Amino acid sequence: MEMPTPDPQVLAKKSMVVDRLSDVLPENAVIFEEAETRAYECDALTAYSCPPMVAVLPSTTQEVSDVLRICHELGVPVVPRGAGTSLAGGALPTADCVILGVARMNDVLEVDYENRFIKVQSGRTNLSVSGAVEEGDFFYAPDPSSQLACAIAGNIAMNSGGAHCLKYGVTTNNLLGVTIVMMDGEVIEIGGAYLDAAQYDLLGVICGSEGQLGVVTEATLRILRKPEGARPVLMGYDNNEVAGEVVSDIIKAGVLPVAIEFMDRPCIRATEAFAGAGYPDCEALLIVEVEGSDAEIDEQLGKILKIAGKHNPVELRESKSAEESAKIWLGRKSAFGAMGQINDYMCLDGTIPVNQLPYVLRRIGEMSSEYGLDVGNVFHAGDGNMHPLILFDANKPGDLELCEAFGADILRLCVEMGGCLTGEHGVGIEKRELMVNQFEPGDMDIQMAVKDVFDPAWLLNPAKVFPLEASANRRAA
Amino acid sequence: MTPETEVELSEMITAAKGPLRVVGSGTRPVGHVVTGETLSTTRLSGIVTYEAGALTIVARSGTPIEEIEAALAAEGQRLPFEPMDHRGLLGTEGAPTIGGIVAANVSGPRRIAVGACRDFLLGVRFVDGIGRSLKNGGRVMKNVTGYDLVKLMAGSRGTLGVLTEVSFKVLPEPPAQAVLMIDGLSDAEAVAAMTSALGSPFDVTGAAHSSSGIDGKPVTMTRIEGFADSVTYRIERLQDVLASHGEVRVATDKEHCAALWKWVRDVEGFHNEAGDVWCFSVKPTMAPQMGADLRAKGALNLLYDWGGGRIWVLAPQGQNMRPDGMNGHATLIRASEDTRRKLSVFQPEALPLKKISQGLRDKFDPKGILNPGLMG
Repeated sequence: MEMPTPDPQVLAKKSMVVDRLSDVLPENAVIFEEAETRAYECDALTAYSCPPMVAVLPSTTQEVSDVLRICHELGVPVVPRGAGTSLAGGALPTADCVILGVARMNDVLEVDYENRFIKVQSGRTNLSVSGAVEEGDFFYAPDPSSQLACAIAGNIAMNSGGAHCLKYGVTTNNLLGVTIVMMDGEVIEIGGAYLDAAQYDLLGVICGSEGQLGVVTEATLRILRKPEGARPVLMGYDNNEVAGEVVSDIIKAGVLPVAIEFMDRPCIRATEAFAGAGYPDCEALLIVEVEGSDAEIDEQLGKILKIAGKHNPVELRESKSAEESAKIWLGRKSAFGAMGQINDYMCLDGTIPVNQLPYVLRRIGEMSSEYGLDVGNVFHAGDGNMHPLILFDANKPGDLELCEAFGADILRLCVEMGGCLTGEHGVGIEKRELMVNQFEPGDMDIQMAVKDVFDPAWLLNPAKVFPLEASANRRAA
Repeated sequence: MTPETEVELSEMITAAKGPLRVVGSGTRPVGHVVTGETLSTTRLSGIVTYEAGALTIVARSGTPIEEIEAALAAEGQRLPFEPMDHRGLLGTEGAPTIGGIVAANVSGPRRIAVGACRDFLLGVRFVDGIGRSLKNGGRVMKNVTGYDLVKLMAGSRGTLGVLTEVSFKVLPEPPAQAVLMIDGLSDAEAVAAMTSALGSPFDVTGAAHSSSGIDGKPVTMTRIEGFADSVTYRIERLQDVLASHGEVRVATDKEHCAALWKWVRDVEGFHNEAGDVWCFSVKPTMAPQMGADLRAKGALNLLYDWGGGRIWVLAPQGQNMRPDGMNGHATLIRASEDTRRKLSVFQPEALPLKKISQGLRDKFDPKGILNPGLMG
C-alpha cells in the first residue's frame, strides 16, 4: 500500500513544531523521540507502520484547538487517533505528521437518564460508556467487537457498528451531538441533547468522515434502557443457501432479532478446535438472539424455531440458562482469535444485499481455491455485513500481496452484487484504491469537495479514504 | 419542468439560465419563498426494487408515498419513522412524494424510539447544481464507504441537489399495538409520565401530550407495539410504571390506535385553526418550562410529541415565538410570506456553521440555482 512521500519542508520544521506544541501542552504530552513515537507507528492494520514525526496527547478541547491551530499555521499534516484499533489503517501515520491522540480525554461529562443521553470526552472507550450508565440499567447500543479498547472518537470517525445494529443501528443513529475542532483551531458545537438538525445535517456528515473534517473532542450519545433479558438460539444447516433462506424467512415473518450471526464450516472447525463451544460440524451455523421478558422471548423464539425447523436443520439448540447462552456465543466471540491461532489473517468487511448471500459465499469458495488461500466466513447476516477472514503466512514472501489481491476481488464482488466495500470498518488506507469500484469520479469529487469546505488545506488525515491519484491535486495545493 | 429520467433532469439543470424552484408535489411548502421556474420530480416515479426479505426498498424520488406504503403493507412492512402528512396542517393538495419526505427529513411520533427519516435512508441518487448525476450510500444496511452524504441530502430541501432515487431500510409492521392514556395531566406532570415510560425497558414507540386532546380534554398517550402476547405483557408492566402518574386507560383496537397517532402525527388539532405554526426540538425535560414560556408569549395551543422533545405551537400571527439563545431549534412551519421573511423559517445557525453550510452550497450548487434562499 503506497503512502505519499513525506514533505521534506515539513520534516525540516520538526524542532520548531516540537517547540511550538510544547508551549501549549504539558511536558509529557508531546512525544518526539524516535524510540517513543514508535508506539504510534500503526493501528490494528499491523501490516503497515510508520512512526510519526511527533505525537501529542492533549487533555482538553482547548489543547486540541491549540495543537490544530499551530499545525495549521505551520502546514503540518495531522492524523487523529482514538485508541488505534482501526482495521483499515485509519490512524496510520505518515513520517511528516503529528499524531493527535485523544486517549487522555476520557471523562464522563454528564449522565442524564431522564433525557436518555450521556456526554463524554471522545477518548473514552466504547464499553466504558455503557459502564458509566450501568448503575441506571442503561447501555450504549453500538457494540463493535473491539469495544473493550476502541474509543468513541474512532467510533464516530468510522461510524462503527457491531453485532446488534439490526435493531439498534450504528454510531450515526445513536449520536446526538459533538464538540468538534476544525483544522484552524475553531471549536464548534453541533447538535446536542435534542433531536435532528435545524438546517443541514452536519453531524451526519462528520460521523463516518474518518477524521478528515475535524477532531471530535466531546460527544453526546443516546443511551437506552436495558432490555429485561436476551436469549440466543443456535441452528446448524448443511447448506449455505438454506441458511440464507432461513435468515430471509425470519425477517419476512416480522420477527426482528437483535442479532443474526453466521459462521461457515472453516470458521466453525477453527473455533471448535480453539474454544470447544460444542458447535455441530456443519456447513452453516446461525446464532439468532432476541430480547425482552422471558415470555416475550419465548414468543419470538417460538416463531423463529418454527421457521428454522422447516428447513431441515442439522441442529437446533435453544438456550435454557445463562451458561448455555454464553456457550452459544463463546465460539462466535472467539472466532477471530481462533482464526488467528491457525495463521495470520486479513479481516474483510464488505456488505451485500442479504439475498445475495448464498451466491457470494459460493463465489468466495471458488476464489479461495483459485488463490490457494483458505478463507473463513463469519458475519452479521441480518444486515449483510460480511467478515471473510483470509488466512495467509506473513513470513512467506508474496503471501500478503496475494491475500490483498484476493481480498480486493471479494470486495469487488460485494460491490458488483449491489453492496459496498466496507460496512463498519471504514476505508482508511486499506480500501482507498478500491473506491473507484464503487464510485464514479464525480461521486468521489463531491465527497472531496466536502473536505475542501471543512479543511481547505487538506491537512487532516490527508492520505486516506480517497485514491491517492484522485486526491493528489488537493493534497499538493 | 417535469423530467422523466435522470438524464433529462441533468440536461435541464445544465441548461438552466436562472433559479429553479425544486419541488416534489409541493405539499410541504416549508421555507422561504423561491422565485424561479418550477422543477417537479413527480414524473420521476416508480418503485425500482423492493426486497421484503432484505428489508430494503428503492424508489424514484417522485413516487407517491401512498404507492410505497401500499407495496410495503402488502408484505406486512412499513417505513418505521412514520412520516407526517403536511396537507391538513398547511392546506395543500397533491400526492406527497417519497423524495419530498427525504428532502425535508420528515418523521413522526415513532421517531423518538426508532430514529428519523435520515436514519432509515440508505442511499440517494441526485443531480447537483451543475447537472452532475451523483450517488451516495447504496441499498445495504451497513455502509461506511466514503463520506455519508445521505444524511446531508436528507433535510437539505433541494438546495444541494435534486433527488432522483432513494433507498430505505424498512421494518415489519407489528400485528398488535396499544395506547395507554392518562387524562387530565398538566404539561409538567405529562412530561414526567412520558419520561418514566420512555425510560422503561418496555419499548415505548410513541409518547405525546396535549392539553386539548382529540376529545378536547388533556390527554397523555404512550404507545407499545409488537406481537400480541408481548403487547399484553407490556400493557400490564407499563401500567405499573405509569400508575403513580394517574389512572391509565388502554386502547388496543387497531383502527382506534392508528387514528390517535395520526392525530398526533399530522397535528390535526391545529388544522383549520387560524394562527402560525411552529415546531420546536428541545431537551424533553425542558418542555414544561418552554411550554409555559410559549403560553406567556401568547401561544394558542401546544402539542407535545417525542416525550416533550418536540413541541408543536399554534401561535398568534406574526408573533416571534423563538427564544434567544435556545438550546435546540424552532422552525416556522406555517405563516405568511411576510412573517417568514421577518422571523426566519429556520433556526439561525451559529456563525461557524453558517459558514460551512454556505461553503457546501457553493460546492454542490456553484451557480446558486437550486431553491436559492429557501433555507434563508
